[in-house]
Amino acid sequence: MSTKPVTAPPAEASLSRRGFFMKLGILFNGVAAIVLALPIARFLFSSITRGRGNGYLSWVGLGDVGQFPEGETRLATFRNPMVMPTDGKTVDTACWVRRVAGDQFQVFAINCAHLGCPVRWFPQSGLFMCPCHGGAYYRDGSRASGPPERGLFEYPYKIENGVLTIDAGQLPTPGDPVASMSSEKPPCA
Amino acid sequence: MRVIKKIGEWFDHRLQLAAPIREAVEHPVPRNTASWFYVFGSAALTVFILQLVTGILLALIYVPSAGEAWSSLQALNHQVALGWFIRAMHGWGSNFMVAVVLIHMVQVFLFGAYKFPRELTWIIGVFLLLMTLGMAFSGQVLRFDQDAYWGLGIGASIASRVPILGPFIVKLMLGGPIIAGATLSRFFALHVFVIPGLLIGFVGLHVLMVLKLGINEWPMPGRIVKRATYEVEYHALTKKDGAPFVPYAIWKDMFFAAFIILAVAACAFYFGPFGPTGQPDPTIIQTAPKPDYFFLWLYALLSLLPPSLETPFLLICPPLVILGLILLPFLSGEGEKSWKRRPIAVITVLMIAITLGTFTRMAQFTPWSPHMNAWSGDPVPDRYIHGTTALERQGALVFQVKQCRNCHSLGSTGGQRGPTLDSVAVRLTQDQLIRQVIQGGGNMPAYGNNLSPAETTALVAFLETLHPTTQRPARDAARDLVLTDDQPQKSGTQP
Repeated sequence: MSTKPVTAPPAEASLSRRGFFMKLGILFNGVAAIVLALPIARFLFSSITRGRGNGYLSWVGLGDVGQFPEGETRLATFRNPMVMPTDGKTVDTACWVRRVAGDQFQVFAINCAHLGCPVRWFPQSGLFMCPCHGGAYYRDGSRASGPPERGLFEYPYKIENGVLTIDAGQLPTPGDPVASMSSEKPPCA
Repeated sequence: MRVIKKIGEWFDHRLQLAAPIREAVEHPVPRNTASWFYVFGSAALTVFILQLVTGILLALIYVPSAGEAWSSLQALNHQVALGWFIRAMHGWGSNFMVAVVLIHMVQVFLFGAYKFPRELTWIIGVFLLLMTLGMAFSGQVLRFDQDAYWGLGIGASIASRVPILGPFIVKLMLGGPIIAGATLSRFFALHVFVIPGLLIGFVGLHVLMVLKLGINEWPMPGRIVKRATYEVEYHALTKKDGAPFVPYAIWKDMFFAAFIILAVAACAFYFGPFGPTGQPDPTIIQTAPKPDYFFLWLYALLSLLPPSLETPFLLICPPLVILGLILLPFLSGEGEKSWKRRPIAVITVLMIAITLGTFTRMAQFTPWSPHMNAWSGDPVPDRYIHGTTALERQGALVFQVKQCRNCHSLGSTGGQRGPTLDSVAVRLTQDQLIRQVIQGGGNMPAYGNNLSPAETTALVAFLETLHPTTQRPARDAARDLVLTDDQPQKSGTQP
């Protein structure tokens, strides 16, 4: 009895035995691949998952309200809320602050709504002009001419203890104008 | 000598590479392919190897950190002995590589080399082209200066337009919410590990297939490719009229390889390295970013497309072009190879070359960009002010101060975004000028809110003087009817 399995058709039996182990081996490696793939995917896509639900945005100060004269548009800079050790100067961002009147402001992103180049303000003609493809905007940020399909991106703002504060932290792009998608309407005092 | 032979045999007993190498070296090629037209493939490989070597050398000094990359490039340019030269070699090598790859592709296309049985060689070649362009773009990012920084912004703005996935692609591309350290690091990984690794693998496959399938024979008008008979015919040809690749054909490749390397070195020596331009500091906004040479055509296209067409064009055209290139060998895998019998192929190449060439040329002087300093830097030429009234001079001042010059040229200085105004009075009547200034239109902003009535009057008075002495200013015929006939007509005041 005990010798029977040995004398059984050797080729096929051993092949299916080997075949079984090979399939098991593939399965085992499949498990290993999944165990490896999950953390890799988590790592690779962390820049997306972290930003979910405006996770990158927070309120940053632009300076004392007093430094923005009424009726004028001034350049302001702020430090991006999220900073990594190797970021260097890239976390310093510029924006245009227009003090309409009193506590009524408009804070525009520096990036053109066309392809993100830095727009410049010309007080004499009351226009923002983009050096790249010739986009132009009026003083209230609305599109004046050129390739942009919309007006300048606007940051939501509020005034806290006399400091102008904006909700920022993410590069506004035509497909994701996060700067103008404020969670709440800017509280105009 | 015996010792060397012995050592060689020892290695080959273990490696077993001598026989396949000899086979590759001595494989017969059709005699007429030993031509200067057939050197661009090996030239592309030569430049690629040159890029690998100079790239590794640069990596000895370069720091892929957003805070230090720019200063490490400055160190390469100014502190390290011949660092500028290695940078220049790498930069010029990149331009040469794109150029040689494109020339190689055109040659292969016009010689019908993509037809049966070399379809896969062509398809892999298409991917090699895309990777070469990927290297060119990521390389520009590693030169982490103002152009690189804002160029990334442009890339992000384009990527963001993909429906639904756009914002995710942007964050994946930037490695975070903004262009910062993580962005440079991932472009470094792409430029130094991912794309070169793929390139090496694909180049290996590409060359292997050229060896296995044989180099494309010189196309003869009337010699038709048929799937059933081509391979037999090709082997008969190499047997009847073939010669060993080495040395019969390779000497031209070798000459051209050396020529290309010397050409890159000469350009590097005379023109020096590319940039870096200003520091990648986003608070410095006095910058007009411009892409590297081989993306200038895209820069022009993005300026000239109507706004409503831009997003569809950007999202639909690149996949279509790539798909078309991949499908090409399947759509015309048989038939004539000779360009002499393929007029549409020749016209297509010419059209693409002329289009890309024109866009590239235009992007070199960017007529669509406002000249940001024209209003303060380019005065109205004196001859336009000579003999004018006080009101007209005041208008010239308004013209200057309100930045009209940034978009309109006078006497061939100033921006070219809008039409040149040297003879605007011939084209537009007084009423039309007033309307255009106040309401804008036709891609001009409305100035109604920014000009007082007095300023508008002065500006239009000045614009009305802008006509050649030989041509009368435009006038409204209907208005003439209203006025009495004997009233003297106002004539041009320009001398």
